[in-house]
Amino acid sequence: MSLLELADISAGYGSFQALFNVSLSVEEGETLAIIGANGAGKSTLLKTIAGLLRTAAEKVRFDGRPIGDLPAFERVSLGIALVPEGRWIFPSLSVHENLLVGAHSRRTGAWTTDKVYELFPLLGRIRDHQASSLSGGEQQTLAIGRGLMSNPRLLLLDEVSLGLAPIVVAELYRAIPAIAASGTTVLVVEQDIGQALKVADRVACLLEGSVALQGLAGEITREQISRAYFGM
Amino acid sequence: MAWVNDIIQGILLGGLYALFAAGLSLIFGVMRLVNLAHGDLSLLAAYAALVIVGPLDINPFLSILAVMLLLAVFGYVLQRGLLNHALDAGPLPPILATFGLSVVIQNLLLEGFSADSKGLDAGRIEHQAITLSDQLAIGWFPLITTLTAVVVLLGLSLFLGRTRMGRAFRATSDNQQAAQLMGIDNRYLYGLAMAISLATVAIAGVFIGIRTTFSPSVGPARLIFAYESVIMGGLGSLWGTLVGGMLLGVAQTLGSHLSPGWGVLAGNLLFLAVLAFRPQGLFAKQVHE
Repeated sequence: MSLLELADISAGYGSFQALFNVSLSVEEGETLAIIGANGAGKSTLLKTIAGLLRTAAEKVRFDGRPIGDLPAFERVSLGIALVPEGRWIFPSLSVHENLLVGAHSRRTGAWTTDKVYELFPLLGRIRDHQASSLSGGEQQTLAIGRGLMSNPRLLLLDEVSLGLAPIVVAELYRAIPAIAASGTTVLVVEQDIGQALKVADRVACLLEGSVALQGLAGEITREQISRAYFGM
Repeated sequence: MAWVNDIIQGILLGGLYALFAAGLSLIFGVMRLVNLAHGDLSLLAAYAALVIVGPLDINPFLSILAVMLLLAVFGYVLQRGLLNHALDAGPLPPILATFGLSVVIQNLLLEGFSADSKGLDAGRIEHQAITLSDQLAIGWFPLITTLTAVVVLLGLSLFLGRTRMGRAFRATSDNQQAAQLMGIDNRYLYGLAMAISLATVAIAGVFIGIRTTFSPSVGPARLIFAYESVIMGGLGSLWGTLVGGMLLGVAQTLGSHLSPGWGVLAGNLLFLAVLAFRPQGLFAKQVHE
């Protein structure tokens, strides 16, 4: 049984439909990259998994359990954490408090504030800073650390690279194998294909709201991806 | 010397305003809800105390815990049953809902207790004072009120600053959707916030009921003082609310000193001056988005 199964998902905002009959499954322990151009429906897909958008219950199954109609906060306690596009850190809280809020669901596991500081020494150095004063890279690091604090079985990372310098992005992506090694299943959504392919076991490409290509990261050629990416 | 006395009395009056406004500040901070029924809810608390005190023949201070509990439960139910739904519909419906609530409470109180002025009698403590000199005396009751306000504000800021739920309150205030992604149930949290807010209103309502007489229609007038305190202090700042309340109190007592009719006017003028020169309030939280 897959950890996450999406069956025939169509979703959108108001009269705008972003996803058309998307079916996808994620195995426990793997790292899956979902790539696609702007507007391909990647973020919408993650919001549907995390519960910011809701569907019929059985369209999203987590560990076999139908959860499509559960609100976001209940899915956190089941073990789904979303690191949203735009980071959404809590600006008036300190770095440390942001992490503590990440642990609000009280899910226990390998991740504690100490472990997060070990993975991201940068955060340890600025733990008492107010989050509003952080740079973009620091905010993104904090958002990932905060996501880990709920000890998720499935960590959803939305556009980690967005707006960040390549060196910062490389730094963040270096942490993903360590996260996967702790047993967490990771789903990354990216426009930056190079970074995504480096960490992913499997790749799915979204094109205009549908899955255009799926396969193991090692077996898919760049050419196939370009075609699926641009719809040529 | 008379001026010094006025300023001290004003500060103590401000303690009462701060006690009354603390709940309003909390609610606005956490869920951006403008509660227009806040004044009427304080009256509800005063009448609840009246109902408890009457037959038992006890000091109104002893009724405070029961009134707090009563209003906290009412606040939770009100939030979960009505205001959460209003908040879902956008920024305007909650204002209309609390305005409607204000009208309903006023009329129910009028129906149940008539338009006659009522009062809570706390006994001798109301008239006892610490005499510092011929012209300088600090009343025990205003002093207790102000100390209570400080304790309530201290309690609230410890709760917000140090506890898991308090952090969840601040996180939700920063970004409600992000807070949900941390596993925070914002509907429950809003219910809790309203319960806490109304528990503090209960304390304020009983204290105001002891200080002055009240009738079902005085809620909206009180509401203005609470909002002036909150806005002068800076939205979202609890200690700012205390300072705002005290400034308002001092302006009102100094105004009344000049001419008995000028008290409220002086307070309102000060409020307008703050709005004109520092519209974010004196202690507005600085958050860079």
